[in-house]
Amino acid sequence: MRDGTAATAIQPSGGVLKGTANGLVNFFAGLTILFALWWLAIYLATLDPAASHWAAFGPIPAFKSLGKMWESGLIANALWTSGYRLGIGLLIAIAIGVPIGIVMGRSKRFRDLSNSPFQLMRMISPLSWEPIAVIMFAGWDPAIIFLIAIASVWPVIFSTAAGLAKVDPAWFKVARNLGAKPWHIVTQIILPAITFDVLTGIRLAVGVAWIVLVPAEFLGVTSGFGYTIEDARESLEYDHLMAMILVIGAVGYVIDASLLMLIKRFSWHKQ
Amino acid sequence: MLARAAATPPAVGSSLPRENHTVSIRGVNINIQGLGYRYSTRGKPTFSNLRLESQRGEALAIIGRSGCGKSTLLHIIAGLNRPTEGSIQFDGKTVDGPSSRWVMMFQAPHLFPWMKVSQNVGIGLRFAGWPEKEKAERVAEALRLVELSDYAETNVQDLSGGQQQRVALARSLVMEPELLLLDEPFSALDAFTRASLQRDVRSIAKRLGFNLIIVTHDIDEAVLMADRALIMAGAPGKIVHEFQVDLADPRQRQDPAVQSMRARLMDAFHAAAQISGSAAQEMEEEAISGIA
Repeated sequence: MRDGTAATAIQPSGGVLKGTANGLVNFFAGLTILFALWWLAIYLATLDPAASHWAAFGPIPAFKSLGKMWESGLIANALWTSGYRLGIGLLIAIAIGVPIGIVMGRSKRFRDLSNSPFQLMRMISPLSWEPIAVIMFAGWDPAIIFLIAIASVWPVIFSTAAGLAKVDPAWFKVARNLGAKPWHIVTQIILPAITFDVLTGIRLAVGVAWIVLVPAEFLGVTSGFGYTIEDARESLEYDHLMAMILVIGAVGYVIDASLLMLIKRFSWHKQ
Repeated sequence: MLARAAATPPAVGSSLPRENHTVSIRGVNINIQGLGYRYSTRGKPTFSNLRLESQRGEALAIIGRSGCGKSTLLHIIAGLNRPTEGSIQFDGKTVDGPSSRWVMMFQAPHLFPWMKVSQNVGIGLRFAGWPEKEKAERVAEALRLVELSDYAETNVQDLSGGQQQRVALARSLVMEPELLLLDEPFSALDAFTRASLQRDVRSIAKRLGFNLIIVTHDIDEAVLMADRALIMAGAPGKIVHEFQVDLADPRQRQDPAVQSMRARLMDAFHAAAQISGSAAQEMEEEAISGIA
């Protein structure tokens, strides 16, 4: 280069494969420790013959019934119904949250005005809306979707607004200078610039929504993860109960990890 | 040539002229009459009744202190701001907005950090709806011109400041502009990088035949890059002096002819009645630090 300064060329990193291998080892080692502790806790608890009914809560019965529950379609059914409620609730939160976030990021007046009501509403536990949701909606499904949406909309709004704040106004000038039309500004500049932050908001939203989903399904409905747990408790099938808790953890983990991958894919911020 | 039709996809696959390729002269005759600008209706005008003419293919420098309105003038010529009075005509046609025929390079590269180098360079063609293949060819040509061919796939955040400004230059060149406007585009770079970019921008402009208008507070930059230099000063700003920079290319800073031209320009700057002694002193210091 003629420039006196040399650029840092991107070098193929030889550590990538090794890093993945280490990651996998840690992943399984961590889970093994968790399950070992779980087994140990149940083992110690059931040393006392009076507490022998706790044995059903152990990891081995849980894993055994996991297979049975999968075969009977119980897990698939819960996955489908809970996933539907979560998905629709999140979609509503994104559809409402992203535009509000964009307005919030663009208009200082709106930002100043909306700050106090939004912060106040954000701090209301989503589950406390449940009685209102039940009165508002005829069915249980819409009520649960409403709870998910109202829980998830806040992180989406605030992350979108934060993303927009990072958009350099000079980008608009450069784009206009190179012949960009208004829709180019939105599709080529604003959206790619804030995708990272919107996804980060969605990841936070999924975290909250996942927490809200199970207790919301304890009441009224006859399907989904919450119902299945509650049903297992009432019919004293504790191995089912623990298997379902495992599934909830695993599914939540997979959703979160997928979002994290998406976020990394769309991240353009250099550390 | 598709110089005039950069905003529409080409009928035949065309590209920027290569080395040793006969280039038809592009560029534009610029005619600015009675131009004035004020930020608010009551405020003092930034400048008024400004007259400026530039011939096809000319490299023009406008020198002045910060705040004399030279940057505003450049934004207006680029069509990014509207003048409050007067008119700008390119080849007899009034300028009424931004266009890919006249492209501006800013003080900072303002690259899009989520795009690779090649995507940044091709963004203007993408706005214009060019097909992928023709776009890729044009981008490759532009990257060759700025000597960044090896960096097409690099993330722009991994480039040095000088390289980033070269990407911004390629992003402008890819539009095959008739006029390239430069708003102190190298002021943030170190002296060596600045010198190489000054030399390269001038030689590319001369080779391809497009006009340059360079706004700068660096007298050396004007001497090294321009065919003609205007000194702008006062409030409201006006052009107080005009200078032909008749020097052979390539221009070297230590060349005696360049040195004496620089001294004459500096004298002219001092002579400009509106400029206070301290302002001229400041200019002098900046120019000296530019050499070091």
